[in-house]
Amino acid sequence: MQYQEYTQSEYNFEECTKCTICTAYCPVMQVNPLYPGPKQAGPDGERLRLRDPGFFDAALKYCLNCKRCEVYCPSEVKVADLIQSARIRYERTPPKVRDYLLASTDVMGKLARPVAPIVNFATRQQLTRTAMDVTLRIDRHRTFPEYSARGFEGWLKRRKKEQAAFPEQVAYYHGCYVNYNYPQLGKDLVKVLNAMGVGVQLLEKEQCCGIALIVNGQSAQARKKALHNVESLGKAVESGLKVVTTSSTCTLTIRDEYPSLLEVDNAAVRDSVLMATRFICEKLEQGATLPFRNDFHKRIAYHTPCHMARLGWGIFSQRLLQMIPGVEFTPLEQTCCGMAGTYGFKKENYANSQAIGAPLFDQIRAVNPDVVACDCETCKWQIEMSTGYKVENPISILAEAISDNGKD
Amino acid sequence: MRYDTVIIGGGLAGLTAGIRLQKAGKNTAIVSTGQNALYFFSGCFESIQEPTPEIQSLFSEAGIRLHYSPGVRLMPMGTFKESALALEDVSLFPSPKFGRKVLIINFMAYHDFFSSFLAEGLEKQGMECRIRFLNLGDLAQPELGPNQMRAVQIARKMDEVWDKVVQEVRVLLKDEDTVILPQVFGLNDATIPERIRQGIPARVVFAATLPPSVPGIRTQMLLKKRYEVLGGTYLMGDRVTGAHVYEDTVQNVVTKHLDRHYLEADNFILASGGFFSKGLDSNPFKVYEPLFELDMDYNTDRNAWYDPSFTNHQPYMGFGVKTDADFRPSRKGVPVKNLYVIGSILGETHPELGCGAGLAIRSALKVANLITEPHAVPGVYTE
Repeated sequence: MQYQEYTQSEYNFEECTKCTICTAYCPVMQVNPLYPGPKQAGPDGERLRLRDPGFFDAALKYCLNCKRCEVYCPSEVKVADLIQSARIRYERTPPKVRDYLLASTDVMGKLARPVAPIVNFATRQQLTRTAMDVTLRIDRHRTFPEYSARGFEGWLKRRKKEQAAFPEQVAYYHGCYVNYNYPQLGKDLVKVLNAMGVGVQLLEKEQCCGIALIVNGQSAQARKKALHNVESLGKAVESGLKVVTTSSTCTLTIRDEYPSLLEVDNAAVRDSVLMATRFICEKLEQGATLPFRNDFHKRIAYHTPCHMARLGWGIFSQRLLQMIPGVEFTPLEQTCCGMAGTYGFKKENYANSQAIGAPLFDQIRAVNPDVVACDCETCKWQIEMSTGYKVENPISILAEAISDNGKD
Repeated sequence: MRYDTVIIGGGLAGLTAGIRLQKAGKNTAIVSTGQNALYFFSGCFESIQEPTPEIQSLFSEAGIRLHYSPGVRLMPMGTFKESALALEDVSLFPSPKFGRKVLIINFMAYHDFFSSFLAEGLEKQGMECRIRFLNLGDLAQPELGPNQMRAVQIARKMDEVWDKVVQEVRVLLKDEDTVILPQVFGLNDATIPERIRQGIPARVVFAATLPPSVPGIRTQMLLKKRYEVLGGTYLMGDRVTGAHVYEDTVQNVVTKHLDRHYLEADNFILASGGFFSKGLDSNPFKVYEPLFELDMDYNTDRNAWYDPSFTNHQPYMGFGVKTDADFRPSRKGVPVKNLYVIGSILGETHPELGCGAGLAIRSALKVANLITEPHAVPGVYTE
């Protein structure tokens, strides 16, 4: 109705009824006395900031952008977007060297890959970690994701012909993690999709989704990447392809943060960018089948990453895992793991990051599963480091549960 | 995705219906736009005056103990209200003068609990009151920051250090027969309030704080958990944005996040709440139900929507979706066969069911019964 059109405020902030529900769910507010909480940092603060930007509070940097406040808000106020956009508009403290390093996931990947064994060896050493702790303020307790000597893109390029032979095609936005750190996840996706008769293509040229840049005060660079990615995604979508993904955060960024925080119009591609678990789930519902092994047995606990919760798609990953014969499935109660991408790497956040994750770690220990399933790579690092339990993307579990066709 | 029943709204009404249907072997999904009015729940089912074994057992199976003892309950400002059924940690008294001397405990720098108003109210009833403040910093480290001095954050601390509060109160207690504590206990462990009562040699009364309500959040968590344990699918943070209705039958509903992936079902339950939850909405010209545009029961004269005196009963609170005796609504006069309307979206159109929590639970159970045992009720549509 037109009447609503003219009364809707940016990020819906005037819809806030001050009900305080978000404050009950903000993970940071429970552990960090310096953080004013989503209600005050978001809609309450916005009222003041609109009057005078001097009201901007530097403590907004403690927001880990998990978006749980938006999931639980009954009035659909985009609380986290309000906070991040305020940081983009008003934050004047330049990012530290460390923030540049942490945010440049693709540049770091490109630099590290040729010398991956050396980098991996170095980041495992206590001495290096202490040095980084002291000089860069990257917490020494953190384990670094290892770099892979051979990237995923090259692997798939070498199989271009073979993939093109499949009757149905999708494009895959693999993200930095799959390309530089963990190509196996990409290979697992190819195995599963191939088993359904779907071939996998690369995008013409993808770049980092940019989320790490957004939250590390480099939104201008993030916007460049967004514009590039939308164009590249657009070519695939125009040629009739769906684009599947395996990282919930990249997906949320491309679908929702681009227009909301970076003012990049993604309308032409948004609906075609899907988590692979959703894509597969929908295909199975339409009658496709997967060649499940009959000797597969696993006790799986599923952790819904915050951004998967915000996408509202946790149900697809859950259903998919529950479909696997021989799986004993336990959904974990929804709570943030505390990692939030680069947030948990920072020395000043480390203690809070662990405190936020503690209830999740306790749950996992109580369930004592064979493996924790989760659609987010940074949750994986956090949970593996903090609990010792192995964490796998649902796609990797699926790949293990179907029979091999004899190929890598 | 196909379900037996899709429930729109995950508050008290939606959860009650969902639990009842799952128990009857139905496969259901709940779509909930964020959290709900349980966050302001007093812990009392005010409009329920009679004993209700069905409700009590439904809650106790979820780990929520209720007690039935008709009388009055203490309000946050020291007044009293008639109530009969409440959560176990909400005290009900035969009369407002429930004690002789009262020790009221508050926390330093906590602004959401009005101990002096409470004392004033109780003194009017002839009770003698003494207020003492506990220092949270002495009880638990690290200290809570000024932004964290809220019921939920304090309650999280109290889950760990409630026994220290018991010790402090025992030291402070002189000849009082009653101790009043802010209701910040038992957020994640419903047994804590009872254990506090056992540890203090006086009657312990928990009095409500400003929202969010700790017993309300606990109730919501336990009901949702029960629903999920029974196999229900709870879609949190999604919103039903539209529906496909063919003639007089709802085919499916569309949600914001699942977009083209429609939720199909035999039956649909609309439990989307009142004005707060946008189950009902208004503009300067009309009051309406935004999702299905169901026929409404309300006064079309805008001047009659409000009573100029703020504290009086406001007529708009009575507006609701018009239904038949089986809670089925209509669109432009045509009844919708497989849609049922429950909870506060009904306004005061079914006064016999009461309001608030009473209305939510009673209408939910009635509709769940209609769906599971359609043949028991003549004239009810089945597929």
